[in-house]
Amino acid sequence: MKRIISVLMENAPGALSRIVGVFSQRGYNVDSLCVAPTEDPSLSRLTIITHGDDKVIEQITKQVNKLVDVLKVIDLSENAHIEREMMLIKVATRNEAIRAEVKRNADIFRANILDVSLNNYTMEVTGTTDKLDAFATTMAQCTEIIESSRTGVCGLARGERALRP
Amino acid sequence: MKMMSGAAMVVEALKDVGVTHVFGYPGGAVLDIYDALFAQDDVKHVLVRHEQAAAHMADGYARSTGKTGTVLVTSGPGATNTLTGIATAYMDSIPMVVLSGQVPSNLIGEDAFQETDMVGCSRPVVKHSFLVKRAEDIPDAIAKAYYIANTGRPGPVVVDLPKDIVNVMEEHPYVFPTDVSMRSYNPTVRGHMKQVKKAVASLKKAERPVLYVGGGAITAEASGLVTQLAELLQAPVTCTLMGLGAFPGTHEQFVGMLGMHGTLEANKTMHNSDCILALGARFDDRVTNNVEKFCPHADIIHVDIDPASISKTVNAHIPVVGSVETVLEQILNLLTPEELPEQKAKLADWWAQITQWRSRKCLNFEQGESVIKPQKVIESLYQHTNGEAYVSSDVGQHQMFAALYYPYDKPRRWINSGGLGTMGFGLPAAMGVQFAHPEATSVVVTGDGSIQMNIQELSTCLQYNLPIKIISLNNRALGMVRQWQDMIYKGRHSHSYMDSMPDFVKLAEAYGHVGIKVDSLSELDAAMEKCFSITDRLVFMDIAVDQNEHVYPMQIKYGAMDDMRLSKTERT
Repeated sequence: MKRIISVLMENAPGALSRIVGVFSQRGYNVDSLCVAPTEDPSLSRLTIITHGDDKVIEQITKQVNKLVDVLKVIDLSENAHIEREMMLIKVATRNEAIRAEVKRNADIFRANILDVSLNNYTMEVTGTTDKLDAFATTMAQCTEIIESSRTGVCGLARGERALRP
Repeated sequence: MKMMSGAAMVVEALKDVGVTHVFGYPGGAVLDIYDALFAQDDVKHVLVRHEQAAAHMADGYARSTGKTGTVLVTSGPGATNTLTGIATAYMDSIPMVVLSGQVPSNLIGEDAFQETDMVGCSRPVVKHSFLVKRAEDIPDAIAKAYYIANTGRPGPVVVDLPKDIVNVMEEHPYVFPTDVSMRSYNPTVRGHMKQVKKAVASLKKAERPVLYVGGGAITAEASGLVTQLAELLQAPVTCTLMGLGAFPGTHEQFVGMLGMHGTLEANKTMHNSDCILALGARFDDRVTNNVEKFCPHADIIHVDIDPASISKTVNAHIPVVGSVETVLEQILNLLTPEELPEQKAKLADWWAQITQWRSRKCLNFEQGESVIKPQKVIESLYQHTNGEAYVSSDVGQHQMFAALYYPYDKPRRWINSGGLGTMGFGLPAAMGVQFAHPEATSVVVTGDGSIQMNIQELSTCLQYNLPIKIISLNNRALGMVRQWQDMIYKGRHSHSYMDSMPDFVKLAEAYGHVGIKVDSLSELDAAMEKCFSITDRLVFMDIAVDQNEHVYPMQIKYGAMDDMRLSKTERT
C-alpha cells in the first residue's frame, strides 16, 4: 500500500544521504522523493513515497526517526492530508490539429503552457500522482511525448496537525 | 579565550571530554594532531600495528569500562582499515569515537593521495558522523561526537578532520561547550507510566515468567536492579550472548544463555513462559530461531531505549521505550514484596518444570583420557582465574564454549563480538581491557583461525608490557565452519582445514612473549597454573583440542526456540 512519509530534518551536509541510506541498506522501497529547505533555512522537509505493509512502514518511520539529523517523522497517509506533485512535460506539436488538441487537453487538466517552439509545447501540470499519470496518458494519445520530469510528491496534513520542530 | 591550532584543539577537546587513551596509527593527514599529542601527557596514545586493531582496542576499553573508546587514524587506508572495528561496535551498541584524518579541504573530491570519503564509507555502520569544515568547529564537533556515542543506544561516531583545519600554523579561539544539546536528538530514558503499569500487571499475573536480559542491561549499568527484580519475582533469568554477566552466572535462578547455542533449560523456559520480560535485548535471529514459532504462550514486555528495536522481529505486547535502569526503577517502585504474596509458592510448579529440564545436564561432555576437549579448557580457565578474569573472545566454537562454560558473575567481564561476529576481535579487545584495568587479569579465548587475524598486535603487547593471557584452542581447523560442514554438508570440509599452521610457541617467543604448548589432558592443569603464575608477561597457551568436537546444544533451523540438537545423535 502506498504511504507518504514526511520528515523534518536538519538542513545539514550528509543528512539526505543518511536517510536515503536507511532505505537502501534496510531494503525499503522509494517510489519518489522530494526535498527542499523550509521557511526556516536550517531545516529541510522531505517527503518519501514508499510502499509496504504496516510492519515495514512502522520500521521505516522508526529507523528514519532514529537518525541524529531527523527531528520528526510522520506517515501523512494515516490521516487526512493534501498531496501535490508537479510535472513538466514537452510534447511534439507538428501540425495545427495536434496543437489544438494539446491545448484543449491542457485546459481541461489546468496545465499551463510554459514554452512554445516550432515543433513542441512544454507544459506544467500540478496535482495528485493520479492526475499527472492521466495527463501523461492523454498526451501520449494525442501526440508524442518528447520528455517529462516530475518533482515527486510533497504533502501536508489537513487542519491543525503540523510537523514543527 | 585560549588561542590554539586545530590540531591542539583536537587534543585539548579530548582532554576536556576526559579521554585517557587514544588507540591509533599516524599518517600524513594526521601528523599535525600527532605533533600536538607529543607535547602532552594527559592523553596516552597507544601505537597499534593495524588500524582495525585500534578500533577493537577502543571497543574492548569501552565494553570493560562503559566509557567511550577513542581511535585516531589517518585518511584513506588508515580510515578504511577501521571499518570492520566500527561495524563491530555498531552491531553491539558500543560507544566509540573515531577521529580520521582527511585530505585538505581543497583536494576533497579530487581523488587525492590517500583520499577516501570516510563519512560515506562508514555511513551504514555509524550512529552519526561529522565532516568538520572549520577549525573553530572542532571543539563542538568532538563534544557532540562523545555525547552522541554514549547516550541513548550507544554506537560509534566518526569525526573526519581535513588536514588544513588542523594545520599547526594557524591559531583560532578555543571554546569547549559546557553543555551539549541537539534539537534533533533526545533519547527517551524514562518509560511511559501507562506502559510500566501494564508491565507490572503482567508480571504480577504471570505464572511462568522469565527475564530475558541483553546487552542493554549492561550498557545501562542495571545489573543490580535486574538481580533485585529477579529475586523479588523469584523468576528464572536467561541472558543473551551480549547480556552475560548482567545477572550472576552462578545464581540459582540463572538458567544459562539462550538462543542458537543456548542451554536446553533456557530455551525451554522461554518457549513455555507465559510472560517474557525482555530487558535491553533485541530478539535477533540467533535467539528467536523461527519467529513464527517463537514463544507462543507468552505476553512479551519489551524494554529498550531504541524504539526501532521494539517489534522489529517479534511483536511486543507491552512495549516500553526507555533505559533499562530507569524502567526497572519504575517497575520496582510499583512492585513491592507486599504486592507479591506467596510468589515462591505460586511459581513452584514452574520451577519444578525447570528443574526437570536442568536435570538433562545439556552441557555435559565426555572428556576422555588424553585428547583435550575444548570445554575442559574453559572449565580449567574458570578454576585458575577464580571466575574473576576479563575474558575477551574471538569468534567461533571457542566463543560459544567460553560463553557457556565460564559463568560470569559481573557485568563487563565477558567481551565478545556478538552481533557482527568479527574474527580477530579477541586479542585487541583484551588489550583495550588491559589498558583500562592494568591490575586485572585480561584473558583472550581464541582459536587457531581467529588469532591469526590480528596476530600482529603481539608486537603492541610487548611495547606496552601487557601481561595478557592468550588461551588458544587449537583444533587445526575453522571449528564452527567445520561443524556446519559436518552437520549440513555431509562432512565435506571445504577450505575449513588450516594447513601449515605456524608454531605458535615460537611465534610468541619471536614477539618476545612466553609460549606454552599443551598436547594432552595430563599437562593442562599444570600449564594453566604456570600461565597464571607469570604475572608480568604475556603468555600464549597453544592448546591442542579435539578437532571433532561440536558445540551443543544447537537450535534446529526453522524450528521453535526449544527445537534443539543435544549431541551428534540426540535431539529434543
